[in-house]
Amino acid sequence: MTFLFDLFAQGAQMALVLALSPLLIGFTRKVKARLLRRRGPPLLQPWYDLLRLLKKEVVLAEDASWLYRAAPYVIFATTWVAAALVPTFATGLMFSWTADLIALAALLGAGRFFLALAGMDVGTSFGGIGSSRETMFGSLAEPATIMIAFIVSLIAGSTQLSEVAAYMASDFELRVSVLFALIGLIIVAIAENGRIPVDNPATHLELTMVHEAMILEYSGRHLAVIELAAAMKLLLYVSLIACVFFPFGLARHDASLEAMGYGVVFYVVKLFVAGFLLALFETSTAKMRVFRVPDFLGAALMLGLLGTLLVFVTRSL
Amino acid sequence: MQHLSLDIAQVLAGGLVLVSFMLLYQDRLSGLINTFALHAVVLTLSVAWQAYVQNAPHLYLTAAIALIFKAAIIPFSLHAIVKRLRIHRTVEVVGGIGLTMFVGMFLMGLSLVVMLPATAAADPLAREDLAFALAIVLLGLLMMVTRRNAVSQIIGFMSLENGLILAAAGANGMPLVVEISVALSVLVAFIVIGIFLFRIRERFDTVDLFELDRVRGERQ
Repeated sequence: MTFLFDLFAQGAQMALVLALSPLLIGFTRKVKARLLRRRGPPLLQPWYDLLRLLKKEVVLAEDASWLYRAAPYVIFATTWVAAALVPTFATGLMFSWTADLIALAALLGAGRFFLALAGMDVGTSFGGIGSSRETMFGSLAEPATIMIAFIVSLIAGSTQLSEVAAYMASDFELRVSVLFALIGLIIVAIAENGRIPVDNPATHLELTMVHEAMILEYSGRHLAVIELAAAMKLLLYVSLIACVFFPFGLARHDASLEAMGYGVVFYVVKLFVAGFLLALFETSTAKMRVFRVPDFLGAALMLGLLGTLLVFVTRSL
Repeated sequence: MQHLSLDIAQVLAGGLVLVSFMLLYQDRLSGLINTFALHAVVLTLSVAWQAYVQNAPHLYLTAAIALIFKAAIIPFSLHAIVKRLRIHRTVEVVGGIGLTMFVGMFLMGLSLVVMLPATAAADPLAREDLAFALAIVLLGLLMMVTRRNAVSQIIGFMSLENGLILAAAGANGMPLVVEISVALSVLVAFIVIGIFLFRIRERFDTVDLFELDRVRGERQ
């Protein structure tokens, strides 16, 4: 019976990230529109868009290979697995032993690799530009992610997210290195999701576009799946920040249904706060030049390195 | 409580180092001045926390001076001067931001390596603060070296001085901190105004927008 319950909880988490990620995008767009004194699309608009895309016919370029058709599903699968492994409302779920920070970085890296390949597959110049930029940013963002993972795992003594969250919740200390890790992770999250200072998610018309350039040739269900994967990537980073740095209200895996329900409520509140802050940040900054992005991500890498250094320093005190 | 107070002091001092790095990262003058104001605010918080922990009322005065002078008056007047003199908005950086940040990281590591063994006898609160303070001083020096613009050099100098105040506040039994910080603030204000007017006059003559108008032939 407990086995069934565990399976149910894990499945609920997988369904939850799938259902909530377009809502997070919708909420962020809504807040942005409100801040710009527009009314904005309804909250469920990303879901409507996805369903509309699913109904439409797929238009393929003549020289698209099998890779081009397979890549969306690979990207979707890797992102969904990664997003479903991060503890959202409860720690220590059934598959949480695989929810390792390094494994998450690898899953996301695999998704990025296939997206870059798909961008170059058809041979339009836009796709090539997007892929080369994506790999340039990725080569800086991934080391920063790994450094931040080092900080967190050095402090918590484990790379498993469930244990990290449990440690952070039980043993609350203010540490300089944790502060650095948080800021670095926020920078990485903004860059990885192509939010405003790095890339504009709302337009196809910019010379500096990255993510949109790679998926310019996609249509129909392929595009729907990729968009859903992008939404889940944003949700993944939000839940990662929430579970490592703000582990309030996370239920234990053997908790009652009621506690799990509270966990879900807490999680949704965290998502709302994160979406609001993201919208606020996006409306208050301007997009930076593409060649400034390495500096921006370099700052995250630097914070990771400094934080790791400080972990050892504070140990020796 | 002892542990938490140490944590808060560390986070504030570390935050000050972080803002020093933000100063190195900024390449626009208005952003630079705003970041400097933030630097002063974090310094104020840090010094005030030290005053609370050590029960040293005179440090509150130091914090107040930092807040009034460095977080309000100096940034405000710098903004006004930049606006009035129509200085070119970007800062030239020697060697690029990435390299500067890298050197800054090296300096941070250096100050930790030097300070922690040297102050092994002191209490942990002062040790950590001294290491961070040295890092801030070195980062301020780095900023003065890598920037060609007078405004950013002055900001680098003042952030250096913030590091000195942090070091003084972290060390116990320094009743002269207040006087010294007052004197330094006045001195800095003089240096700011002095260097500014002279350097600006000789360097930014040609960055005047009216000059550009004249070249385009819109005015005689």
